[in-house]
Amino acid sequence: MDLGTTWFILWGVLWAIYFVLDGFDFGIGIIRPFFSKSDVETRIMYNAMGPFWDGNEVWLITAGGVTFAAFPKTYAVMFSSLYTPLMLLLFALILRGVTLEFRSKVDSEGWRKLWDACNFLGSFLPALLLGVAFANIFKGVPIDGNGILQGNLLTLLNPYGLAGGLLFVALFAHHGALWLAFKSEGDIRARALGLAGKLWPVVAVLVVLFLVMSWTMTQLFTNYLVNPILFAILLVPVIGLILTYTYRKQGRPLASWVGSALLIGGAALFGVVGIFPALLPSSLNPAYSMTIENSSSTPLTLSIMLGVALVFVPIVIIYQVWTLHTFRHPVTKEDLEYEEAY
Amino acid sequence: MDVLMLSRLQFAFATFIHFIFVPLTLGLSLIVAVMETKYVRTGDETYKRMAKFWGKLFLINFALGVVTGITLEFQFGTNWSRYSEFVGDIFGSLLAIEATAAFFLESTFIAVWVFGWEKLSPKLHAVCIWLVAFAANLSALWILLANGFMQHPVGYVIRNGRAELSSFLEVVTNPYGWNEFFHTVTGAWALGGFFVVGVSSIHLLRKSNVDFFTKSFRVGAAFALIFSIVVALVGHRQGNIVAEVQPAKLAAMESHWETQKNAPMYLLAVPDPANEGNSIQIGRIPSILSLMAFNDPSAEVKGLKDFPKEDRPPVTLTFSAFRLMVGLGTLMLVLAVLAFIARHHPAESSPKLLKAFIWTIPVPYIALQAGWAVAEVGRQPWIVYGIMRTRDAVSTLAVEQVAISLVAFFVVYILLAALDIFLLAKYARKDPA
Repeated sequence: MDLGTTWFILWGVLWAIYFVLDGFDFGIGIIRPFFSKSDVETRIMYNAMGPFWDGNEVWLITAGGVTFAAFPKTYAVMFSSLYTPLMLLLFALILRGVTLEFRSKVDSEGWRKLWDACNFLGSFLPALLLGVAFANIFKGVPIDGNGILQGNLLTLLNPYGLAGGLLFVALFAHHGALWLAFKSEGDIRARALGLAGKLWPVVAVLVVLFLVMSWTMTQLFTNYLVNPILFAILLVPVIGLILTYTYRKQGRPLASWVGSALLIGGAALFGVVGIFPALLPSSLNPAYSMTIENSSSTPLTLSIMLGVALVFVPIVIIYQVWTLHTFRHPVTKEDLEYEEAY
Repeated sequence: MDVLMLSRLQFAFATFIHFIFVPLTLGLSLIVAVMETKYVRTGDETYKRMAKFWGKLFLINFALGVVTGITLEFQFGTNWSRYSEFVGDIFGSLLAIEATAAFFLESTFIAVWVFGWEKLSPKLHAVCIWLVAFAANLSALWILLANGFMQHPVGYVIRNGRAELSSFLEVVTNPYGWNEFFHTVTGAWALGGFFVVGVSSIHLLRKSNVDFFTKSFRVGAAFALIFSIVVALVGHRQGNIVAEVQPAKLAAMESHWETQKNAPMYLLAVPDPANEGNSIQIGRIPSILSLMAFNDPSAEVKGLKDFPKEDRPPVTLTFSAFRLMVGLGTLMLVLAVLAFIARHHPAESSPKLLKAFIWTIPVPYIALQAGWAVAEVGRQPWIVYGIMRTRDAVSTLAVEQVAISLVAFFVVYILLAALDIFLLAKYARKDPA
C-alpha cells in the first residue's frame, strides 16, 4: 500500500476513534437533563466521564493535526469552507470543557444550573455539528476550483446532512447511556440500561434510514460496488448494532458499549471508505475534490509522520487503556465526597 | 475592516487569552511536581497538602488553557488556509507531533493525578505529575519549533508552489525555535514562582497557615530568582539571534533608523515612523546597541531606513512592547532578589513588601505577553519570515463570518478569563485543606 493510502486510512481511523471516545462524553451530556433526578445523580454522571473526557478530546486535536500534516490542502479547504459550523463546534467544546472544571467551584444553585445548561449545549451541539459536517463530507460539498465553498451554513443543512446530525446525536446518546451504566451501580445503572434499551430502536431506524439515503442521495456505494469485498466493512457497524443489543439484554454494559463503539467507528469508516480517494469530495465537479493525490504532503513528511504515529499512537492507546482500567470501578455517592470530584 | 485585518485581530486576541493560561500551566506543574517529590522523599504531610492546594489552582487554570488551545490549531485552517496549504508539509507535522507525543500524555496523566490520590502509590502518583510537567513543557517545545519555522524558516525548499520539507533534522534543531523555547519556558517558570510567592504572601500577611505558606514561599522564591536570571540571559541570546536573522525586527525593537557602526541606544525615545525617525531621543548611551545585538561595540547595526517600507514591521508597537518586556523583566529580577532574601521567614517581612509581592503577580504575565508581541508583531509583514507575507496567507471568507466569530471570541473569552481569575482568586485565598 502506498503512503498516501496508508495515511488516508489512518486519517479515517483517527476520526473514528475520536467519535467513539468523545461520543460517550457527549452522550452523557445529551441524556443528562432527561435522566438525572438530583444533584447527586448529575454529579455521578459528570464523574463517570471525569478521568477520561480530557484525554478523549485530544483525539480531536490529533485528527485535526494529522489532517493538517498529511493533507494540508484538504485541511485548508475543509476548515475554511466549514468555517461557521467549525467555530460553533469549537465554542461548544469550550463550554463543555469548562463546565466540568467550574461547576463544583461555587456553591450556588444558579451557578450549577448555568453550567448544566452549558454542558448540555456543549454536548448536543458538537454531536449534531459533527454529524452534519461528516454527512456533508460523505455526500460532497459545493467547493469550486479554488477550494471556496459556494454556499453557506444553510447549504449544509440539507436532508442528508440533517439525517447525519440526528444519527450522531442518537448514536452518542445511546453510547453515553451504556457508559453511564458501566460506570454506575444500582438504580442508576438499571435506568441507564433501560434508557439505552429505549434508544436502541431509534438508533437502528436512523442507521437504516441513513444507509438508504446514502444509497439514493450520494455516491458512497460506488467504491463498494466496484469492489464488493469492501461490503465486509459494512458488517462492522451491523455486527456492532446487534452485539450492543445482545450484551445489553444480558446486562453487560461494558460489552454492550464495545458493540456501540463498533457501530460508531464502523459507521465512520463506512463513509470514509466510500469517499476514497477523496477526503473532501466536491459536489460541483469531481475535478474540484480534495484527494490524496492533489492534497497530500511530500513522501518525506508522510514517512516521518508515519514513524511518529506508529511509535506514539500505540503508546497512547496503552496508557489510555491503563487509565480506563485504573478508573473502571462504578462511581458511587462516596466517590463524590472525594475532594477532587467534579 | 477586511477579512485579513479581522482574522489577524482574531488570531492575536485568541492567542493572547490562551497565553494567559499557558505560562502558569508550564510553571506551576513543575512547582507542584517539586512539592510532591519532597512529600515522597521526606514523608512530610505539609508538602502533600501543598501539592493539593497548588494543584487545585493549577487545574482551574489548566482547563481554560486546553479549551482555548484547540481554537488556535483550528484557526490555521479556518482563517489562514493559504498559509496552511503553503507550509502544511512542515508546520502541520510539528503540530501533529505535539498532539501525539506530548499533549496526550499531559491530558491523560493530569486526570490520573487528580482522581488517583487514593488509587496509586505515592511514588507512582508523583510520577504522574512529573509526566504532566514534562509533557506540558514538551508541548511548548513542538509549538515553538513550529513558531521558529515562521520566524526563521529552515530545512525547506520551495517546490510545487509551497514550502516542502527537505530536512526534518534542520527543522527540529532550528536554533531560533530552541532559543525561543528556553526563553518562553524559563519565563513561565519564573512566572510560576512569582505566582506562588504572591499567593503565599496573601496568607502570610494574615499570619494564617504560616508554616505551610513559608514552605510554599521558599519554593516559589527559588523558582522566581533562578529563572528571572536565566530568562534574561536566554533573552540576550534571543536578541543576538534576531540581530542575525531578523534585522528588520531588531531595528524596530530599538526604533533604530540609520545604519551605523557603534550604534547607540536611548534611554527615552519616541518613534515617529511617518518621518522615519524618533521625535524624541534622550539619554544616548554610545555603542550599546551594537554591543547588545552583536556582543561587539563596533558592530554595524542596520537601520530601518535600509529596509523597503513594505518590509518594515510596525515600529511603535514592536518598540514599546520590547521596552515594556525589558523593563518588567528588570523589575522581576529586583523582586525575585527581595523574595529570595525573605524566604526563610517571609511572615516577618514588612507588610508592605508582602503586599508588593501580591500586587506583582501580574508583572511576569505582562512581561511574557509583551515578549510575544515583540516576536509576532516584529515578524510582520511576514507570516513566514522572508518567504510569505501575512496578507497572502488569509482564507477567502465572507467578512460577516469573520466579524461574527471575532465578536463571539471577544465575548466568550473575556467572560471565561474573568471567571477564571475570579475562581483563581477565590481558591487562592482559601485555607489549604
